[in-house]
Amino acid sequence: MAQRVVAEGLFDWPSDEPRLIGSKCQVCDLVAFPAYPNCPNCGSLDVAETRLSTRGTLWTWTRQRFQPKNPPYLGTEAAADFVGYGVGYIELPEARVEARLTGGVDEPLEIGQEMELTVVPFATDADGTEVLTYAFRPVENSAGKN
Amino acid sequence: MDDVAIIGVGRTPFGRFPGQTAIQLGAQAVRAALTDAGLEWKQIQFGFAGSFEVDNPDAVINFLGLTGIPITDVYNGCATAASALTQAANTIRLGEYDLGIAVGMDKHPTGAFASYSEEYGLPAWYGETGLFLTPKFFAMKIQRYMYDHGISPRTLAKVAAKNYRNGSISPLAFRRTPMSEEKILTSRMVNDPLTQYMFCSPDEGAAAVILCRASVAHRYTSKPIYLKASVVRTRKLGAFEVHSPWLPLQRADAPTVFASRAAYEMAGLGPDDVDVAQLQDTDAGAEVIHLAENGLCKDGEQERLYAEGATEIGGSIPVNTDGGLIANGEPIGASGLRQVYELTQQLRGTAGDRQVPGTPRVGYGQLYGAPGTAGVAILST
Ligand SMILES: [Zn+2]
Repeated sequence: MAQRVVAEGLFDWPSDEPRLIGSKCQVCDLVAFPAYPNCPNCGSLDVAETRLSTRGTLWTWTRQRFQPKNPPYLGTEAAADFVGYGVGYIELPEARVEARLTGGVDEPLEIGQEMELTVVPFATDADGTEVLTYAFRPVENSAGKN
Repeated sequence: MDDVAIIGVGRTPFGRFPGQTAIQLGAQAVRAALTDAGLEWKQIQFGFAGSFEVDNPDAVINFLGLTGIPITDVYNGCATAASALTQAANTIRLGEYDLGIAVGMDKHPTGAFASYSEEYGLPAWYGETGLFLTPKFFAMKIQRYMYDHGISPRTLAKVAAKNYRNGSISPLAFRRTPMSEEKILTSRMVNDPLTQYMFCSPDEGAAAVILCRASVAHRYTSKPIYLKASVVRTRKLGAFEVHSPWLPLQRADAPTVFASRAAYEMAGLGPDDVDVAQLQDTDAGAEVIHLAENGLCKDGEQERLYAEGATEIGGSIPVNTDGGLIANGEPIGASGLRQVYELTQQLRGTAGDRQVPGTPRVGYGQLYGAPGTAGVAILST
């Protein structure tokens, strides 16, 4: 099946080990996501692309249980077929990143649980092309870790 | 700088008004404010008009009289009304005019506000992937706040139940039926932990406030209310704000905190002086958080305050005595002026069934919304 990424330069793709692409200010060291043309802290234009870590912890979360309006949302399922998705901020070593969460809307989520980056299809274009975005999923067996 | 007095307030009912345009609602609110002040439209020297949906809310003059006065239209997100009020007050403080009006009006379609993320300086993918939504931000902010400060879902239900109860005794409110905490808690989950009845809805309505130089207020009223402060602030890097694809690890205070501090300083007053408050309750969680962000309690104290009824009309710090946004809905351009309307009634002692007992002297209003803008107004007798 044909696939496309929702936006170029958002994460590595195609890739076996994709990472989110941010920017790092060469003046004040602030890491921003997605990659900015300028530093949102000091305003410097001297920024360089940087890759973010792929593992972190869930900082806060909710579930999107009503269907966002299309447009801008690319999902085209009938309202009755909309199942919803988790949304959260993942605390990575560099920054807290907002993301869709994989898993059903009834899967338990807990602040502090370990999460890892993945790439998922979330919508389909009129010609059948799957649209991919980044998301985070719970790290399996993370309950046993300390 | 000169002090500024409020000499007339007016509002329409908030709700759904088929067949009436937002501009007609605006004119209705202006006429109500003129009647309240005992003035005629031709005496108004300038105005600021706010709206989200109407490009030119100054067209309200078509229904009032084309007197040639300067009117400036403002839109500033959920702080639109605070911006109209602030600009109107500053025009008087700067000595340019003696008497003017701030008016706000809106007529929103039903459902969550929808627009394109690019219009907020964000990438298109943010909207395309289903992240450009306001309600889920409020849900995630209160989710973290509950975790950090021990707030229970029951307290969220208490906030909403109080506001529906206050709405039931507010003749101009949209939602006028009291609702039990159980019904609120068990209603449809929209964005966890917030249920359907914990959210306000966009609706329709208008409000207007007539201001004048304090030194001439006695010409128009025997009981002027003074606008001691009116300020607007935007977010700083690190604040957990609506429409943030990321946050730096170092957190900063919300824009409300900075607007609040500046307003207290300008008014020469502190949180202990506040007798009645109208806070932005986009959802029940927002009222909980805003109570602390405005210095009216410490983080985490809300659990006890709501259990004890402290925020009720007869409590130690009454909040949203007219039912707030939860009972009135949010016509964005009018929302902050609706707060000033209610605070003015409370300080005049004319709030009827909603009247805060004793003699409230200081009223406090706060707005907050996309894309991370806050407004605070402080009124006193
Ligand atoms: Zn920088």
